[in-house]
Amino acid sequence: MTLDVRDVDVELGGTRILDAVSADVGDGTLVGVVGPNGAGKSTLLRAMNGVVEPEAGSVLVDDEAVHELPSKAASRRIASVPQDTSLGFEFTVRETVEMGRHAHVPRFGTDPDPDAVERAMERAEVAQFADRDVTSLSGGEKQRVLLARALAQQAPVLLLDEPTASLDVNHQVRTLELVRGLADDADRAVVAAIHDLDLAARYCDELVLVADGRVLDSGRPADVLTPEQVREAFDARVAVGTDPATGDPTVTPLPDADGGLDERVHVLGGGDAATPLLRELAAAGATVTVGPVGEGSLDHETATRFGFDVITVPPFSTPDAAALARARELVADAAAVAVPAAAASWGANDDLRAAAGAAVVVGDGPQTTVGARVELDGLADALAALDAEREPFAVADGGDAPDDH
Amino acid sequence: MRVYTRASAWTTGTFLALVAVMLTSATIGPVSIPADRVALAALDALAVPTAATFSVTSVAVPAVGDLPWLAVDLAYTSPLDFAVPAQQQLIVGEIRLPRIVLGAVVGAALAIAGTVMQGFFRNPMADPSIIGVSSGAAVGAVTAIAFPLLLPFGIQVSAFAGALVAAFGVYLLATEGGRTPVATLLLAGVAVQTFLGAVTSYVIVHSGDSIREAMYWLMGHLHLANWGDVELTLPVVAVGSAVLLAYARDLNVLLAGEEDAHTLGVEVERTKRVLLVVSSVVTAAAVSVAGVIGFVGLVVPHVMRLLVGPDHRVLLPTSAFAGGAFLVAADTLARAGPAELPVGIVTAFVGAPFFLYLLRNREVRSL
Repeated sequence: MTLDVRDVDVELGGTRILDAVSADVGDGTLVGVVGPNGAGKSTLLRAMNGVVEPEAGSVLVDDEAVHELPSKAASRRIASVPQDTSLGFEFTVRETVEMGRHAHVPRFGTDPDPDAVERAMERAEVAQFADRDVTSLSGGEKQRVLLARALAQQAPVLLLDEPTASLDVNHQVRTLELVRGLADDADRAVVAAIHDLDLAARYCDELVLVADGRVLDSGRPADVLTPEQVREAFDARVAVGTDPATGDPTVTPLPDADGGLDERVHVLGGGDAATPLLRELAAAGATVTVGPVGEGSLDHETATRFGFDVITVPPFSTPDAAALARARELVADAAAVAVPAAAASWGANDDLRAAAGAAVVVGDGPQTTVGARVELDGLADALAALDAEREPFAVADGGDAPDDH
Repeated sequence: MRVYTRASAWTTGTFLALVAVMLTSATIGPVSIPADRVALAALDALAVPTAATFSVTSVAVPAVGDLPWLAVDLAYTSPLDFAVPAQQQLIVGEIRLPRIVLGAVVGAALAIAGTVMQGFFRNPMADPSIIGVSSGAAVGAVTAIAFPLLLPFGIQVSAFAGALVAAFGVYLLATEGGRTPVATLLLAGVAVQTFLGAVTSYVIVHSGDSIREAMYWLMGHLHLANWGDVELTLPVVAVGSAVLLAYARDLNVLLAGEEDAHTLGVEVERTKRVLLVVSSVVTAAAVSVAGVIGFVGLVVPHVMRLLVGPDHRVLLPTSAFAGGAFLVAADTLARAGPAELPVGIVTAFVGAPFFLYLLRNREVRSL
């Protein structure tokens, strides 16, 4: 059973919400739809389950167009867990889950699969409060009741809209473990809109990154969640790294930069000397290029997390000619070059500094404009902050930095 | 299958309560008749249709001419014959029972339609006339009373037609592109009700000598009831209720919201149309014989929801029987006093304080 979304356009109230969105979900896969608020994640799910009619394009379940099926037939193929868990009516859990059987039970007759409700309740771990009133349950419990209701539909495609929204850490993980297990069950394709990127990366086989009604990228989480793409989608500064506990990508949002440092600063480092500076520059919102740094060094790791452009060389080796040429180019072009005193004489840094003529230099840019000055003030602030709060950091014109080490 | 067990238990219970209220009501009146005698007389009055004659006649419609009309003439047989004094048999069978049975039918119709509307609109203030059925019936009836030459079809037919025209109008006004959002429907209903209320007032102002009859109709009444009314109303209400009952599960699912209902396999727009049309016809059938009787369709569903829960498979039949019992009891009060009152006054007079009591005790918070 596959779910195939092809070039779907959706307009709501005259506004284009989805623009040529395509996605593919195969058997046994859990696909996460990620993206900022208002990107169209929920609308995409609603187009998938037939609630919203696309202007163009189609949603196919095993080559049948969902929107052309009667809703009874559609609901046997696609089950949805809504985001809104405000179950306002005093039905019992069992009665609520029974509603999932609606499409299977004839109008005058009984359920052809009388155990379906019990099985769904067991699977979603709500059987223990089957006779309780749904309005008396907690948010996480209600979520699982709605999941049980969807499971009772016995549909091969399962859609979940923000299944972890408003759940605590424990319930988030519990719910996603459950969902993960459902995807691993044979013959089921699962799509979940998830706003927590770390959880999405951890549980999903594939991610679809949606921004502004378009699919920015889709594929393996590590390929989709690059700092550039996340920054573009969310318009937020992030650091992307690898969670040492799970090995999955982790996304750390950063506060908005207030230094206004948006011209490029090149940092010469190596080892771990430049790491504090890189953090400060990232916080100041600077565009940073780094290198050459050895692969696997802390500077390298930090620069990659922030999505900085890094010249990487193999660990414990002399940079080759190509790396040096590239570094010289970046140094020469940079609006400023920074080098921590500790790293000033490491490897090729000394030579490279010479290329710029100073440890902190103003590049060839229009130095006389106010903008350029502000940027450099921002850099000075960033460095001053380091001096004040962390280890002393050396900056000076002409390379004669006070060395406190 | 526990829900069906529960449904049958509650339905049987409320049905027995209705029968008890009806029999008790039949003992009360200027001539007091003991309960056992009433029961026998009622059994005697039971009649089943045993033959039907169909004939084609024509009805004169102004400006259109004569239209063919299928007339159905039913022959009834009473299978039972207990020895009940003729006078008591007459009082029970021909005077009290028609009114009581009509009261039960009208009460059941209003309560079941009210339950459907509250579920449909997911709004605790919804009642059967929310989409303009009663105000449409009022315009039809009052016009037929005040200007019989303008609407020469009789009060009931005019009321019935007015009710359906109003409901259909509201539905059309609220429908766009095949979709009928309930919020639009609600607002269109309120606007149309206000408009028709103005029309009714205008007609009443110009109704001259018939103002008393018009006012009496508007307040809701059962005092002119006869078996003919029952014969017209009962089949419509019975068939309509059966259809609504068949949609009880859909109504449950609709409570979860229309989008959820759609993903659960309910054909939302079609179901809404069926529910609206059928409950409007059921309400129209009740209102056209009994006038505007308020509060039955609002209070009874709430009370029954407290007792049996929100599941419409239980709620619909029990509300119907409870509504019948409530209206029969209210009408008994209306006719037991020294001066007969329109029953609409009694239902509102008793129902509103009871509703407020439930509200103050936080029993009724939402649906």
